[in-house]
Amino acid sequence: MLLRHTPKEIKARKALAINPAKTCQPIGAMYAGLGIHGCLPHSHGSQGCCAYHRSTLTRHYREPIMAATSSFTEGASVFGGQANLLQAFLTIFTTYDPDIVAVHTTCLSETIGDDVNQIVKKAKADGTIPEGKYVIHTPTPSYVGSHVTGFSNMVKAMAVQLAEKTGKSNGKVNIVPGFVEPSDMVEMKRIAGMLGVETILFPDTSGILNGPLTGKFQMYPKGGVTIDELKRTGDSIGSIGLGAWASADAVRALDTQLKVPCQVHDLPIGLLATDRFVDALRTVAGVSVPDTVTQERGQLLDVISDMQPHLYGKKVAIAGDPDQVIALTEFLVTMGMKPVHIVTGTPGKAFTKRIKEVTARFGDDINVKGPGDLFLLHQWIKNEPVDLLICNTYGKYIARDEDIPFVRHGFPILDRIGHSYFPSVGYKGGLHLLEKILGALMDRTDRDAPEERFELVE
Amino acid sequence: MTSISVLKQREKQIYQKGKQPFEMTCDTKSLAGAVSQRACVFCGSRVVLYPIADALHLIHGPIGCASYTWDIRGAQSSGPELHRMSFSTDLSETDIIYGGEKKLKRALLELIDKYSPKAAFIYCTCIVGIIGDDVDAVCRQVEEETHIPVIAVHSEGFKGTKKDGYKAACDALFSLIERNKTPRITIPDSINILGEFNIGGETWMIKKYYEAMGVKVVSVITGDGRVDEVMQAGNAALNVVQCSGSVTHLAKQMEKEYGIPFIRVSYFGIEDTSDALYQVAVFFDKNPEILKKTQDLIKKEVQAIIPRLETMKKDLEGKKAAIYVGGAFKAFSLIKALKTLGMEVILAGSQTGTQEDYEVLRQMCNEGTVILDDSNPLELAKYSVEKDADLFIGGVKERPIAYKMGIGFCDHNHERKIPLVGFEGMVNFAKEVHGTVTSPVWDLVPRRQKPAGKEGAI
Repeated sequence: MLLRHTPKEIKARKALAINPAKTCQPIGAMYAGLGIHGCLPHSHGSQGCCAYHRSTLTRHYREPIMAATSSFTEGASVFGGQANLLQAFLTIFTTYDPDIVAVHTTCLSETIGDDVNQIVKKAKADGTIPEGKYVIHTPTPSYVGSHVTGFSNMVKAMAVQLAEKTGKSNGKVNIVPGFVEPSDMVEMKRIAGMLGVETILFPDTSGILNGPLTGKFQMYPKGGVTIDELKRTGDSIGSIGLGAWASADAVRALDTQLKVPCQVHDLPIGLLATDRFVDALRTVAGVSVPDTVTQERGQLLDVISDMQPHLYGKKVAIAGDPDQVIALTEFLVTMGMKPVHIVTGTPGKAFTKRIKEVTARFGDDINVKGPGDLFLLHQWIKNEPVDLLICNTYGKYIARDEDIPFVRHGFPILDRIGHSYFPSVGYKGGLHLLEKILGALMDRTDRDAPEERFELVE
Repeated sequence: MTSISVLKQREKQIYQKGKQPFEMTCDTKSLAGAVSQRACVFCGSRVVLYPIADALHLIHGPIGCASYTWDIRGAQSSGPELHRMSFSTDLSETDIIYGGEKKLKRALLELIDKYSPKAAFIYCTCIVGIIGDDVDAVCRQVEEETHIPVIAVHSEGFKGTKKDGYKAACDALFSLIERNKTPRITIPDSINILGEFNIGGETWMIKKYYEAMGVKVVSVITGDGRVDEVMQAGNAALNVVQCSGSVTHLAKQMEKEYGIPFIRVSYFGIEDTSDALYQVAVFFDKNPEILKKTQDLIKKEVQAIIPRLETMKKDLEGKKAAIYVGGAFKAFSLIKALKTLGMEVILAGSQTGTQEDYEVLRQMCNEGTVILDDSNPLELAKYSVEKDADLFIGGVKERPIAYKMGIGFCDHNHERKIPLVGFEGMVNFAKEVHGTVTSPVWDLVPRRQKPAGKEGAI
């Protein structure tokens, strides 16, 4: 279907994006805000922005997504959105009673030049924001960066605007998990727990976006990092930011402003990246790695070697967010696979450089583009076919048109479940990813095998 | 949750039949800070125009607006599928400063050259209205150069509600129809089907009925739409308008300019579908053959489905339903259809109803039914549980709320996958409702578990 709309011949495009591999900042900020317990994210802009973000997050998580909007009108766009935001605070605190509101802006409020910082100050001063309630805020213009940038900005706002330093260490390690699934956040906490490291992980959407059916509709489900924990991040012994795009700004801000030493690592997807995460926890907290962790690592390595014949030399196309794609690419390379086409929609020069590093064994034989879009990825695949595609749900068009085995990974996933419950980080997560990859590849082998070569044992 | 209070300012947008004198405030802008289920002007325009499959739909703005609307409604096409691609000018910071006109023009020329569409629609987003791009001028230039209709859709998000977006789409459609310079003729016994978007293939089912009646369908606006077909719309003898909100404006314009009368119908449920077809037949009473064929058709279709409905009705008798939909007209049809299945409506609401709409709703409903305008999750949850609903009918944002409370759900919005219109559609609807209402899973949710009343009440 979309096949006939994607020509093989690649022409340079300057003025437009076709089939984007990214979306805009505010949704990332909204997702981050949902990771604080008792938080109502607020979108300072037109109603549609908030509705679209809530719909997309609802489709991805299959959970109610609560967020408020300033409901801009023509008047607000001419005279500024201050009155709307003040009215919004009033409405929010009297009706929905959150502990904290996380305000992000939109292209509209940014362009008309609303000074959210000043409006929040005013609202605090005149009591529109009640005593004991919190408002954090960050600019998230949609015409800069991507949803990852918006996530990063809101996480930084959490740290900078809430963290305090009492001077007395709490012995904990801050972990900023990156733009990952609630299941990944749970797994990071579990790994830290195995090492005996106490952590403050923020934002933490586990429990909120993968909650149980309780028979009740709850505005603020159990789960999420608490405001008190966020305040205490200033007293932690160190911070680990996972994923340079999504997490570096927050941990660096804590480092420069409150002298909490930070490290930035790749997302712990795959064997090597998880090794680095575990090692970071070990060194920052001064603990030793227990046998249970070594055991899990050994299991992952064991399965990779067991399945080598099915992995070696397989060509893969990958699209997604930069932090995810970098770690994934490294994982695939480690296992003997060959990622040949790699695209992210999010800008950032370091992407190409980092991909070149992790794919160094293939020399210049790799197509990589950031920012690029899925149209380009599709064209590359037409010119050099692959054995596997790893992408968010939008990859299904390409997978169908080109008849390629497809593993869904990233944001958004609108047509499958599992991502909120099964992690892809850590050694266990690596095993889960591997299971999906092998399942896709081997199902295809079985499907395509002529009867005489259709084997029982693989 | 017992203490959920209704927002003071919203008291007049909620009515409980029998409890107070009827005075409903509606058609208002949403209160800033409310967790509204409403969308924006752009959203309204996008959903109306997008099913025109051989047109280019270019979204002029930052990437988000394009990402969130990329192929999210299953408006099916029997031919070209250009409408399922996502095209965006992906405006960046420099475009916001220096203007996006040049980029827009370049993108348009590039895309028209690549895809040879029959027409192009350019959607203006919030930001375009603020930075002041003269989109009309660019459209004129490109139309001159490429000789296809190039039409600006003035759908800046902040300029009103989704309804205003429908109007902007109607203006764009009328402007397309006006470009047909061949003299108008009135084709005997012919209609345009307006406000039908071919979700789940519904257009095809309706067209089949009209064909059986001997009525010629000149164009469908916009389900399985084609530019050439839409441009012929001025030659029809009658406009048959479904979905009251979205295209009445166009019908009125065509009445005023071309003298084509229109009728408002619904194809949902046995009663309304029969009524719609009869109304058309009666309009063409100069041709008695049509009425005869219509009678035969309806008789045959109804006879075929009644036994199937009766079987399901046995299990559904007395079950309670909550309805929250976009337009009030849809709510009317749903209430009638649910009555056909023996069900009772305990909550009915819409995002965009008018005073008259709510008066009709009030008359249709039983004592105690709650009627809501522009509602939010808290209210929907509160009343659904208070009234002990067995079924919730709504869209994507309502679905997880219903499921969290352990209530069955039927999607009657754009994420439905099966046709629900016409006679066959009524059977599909009954199957969906029956499936979800009688699912054994609801016996496991806290609300229904024995001993009742302990954990159950919210």
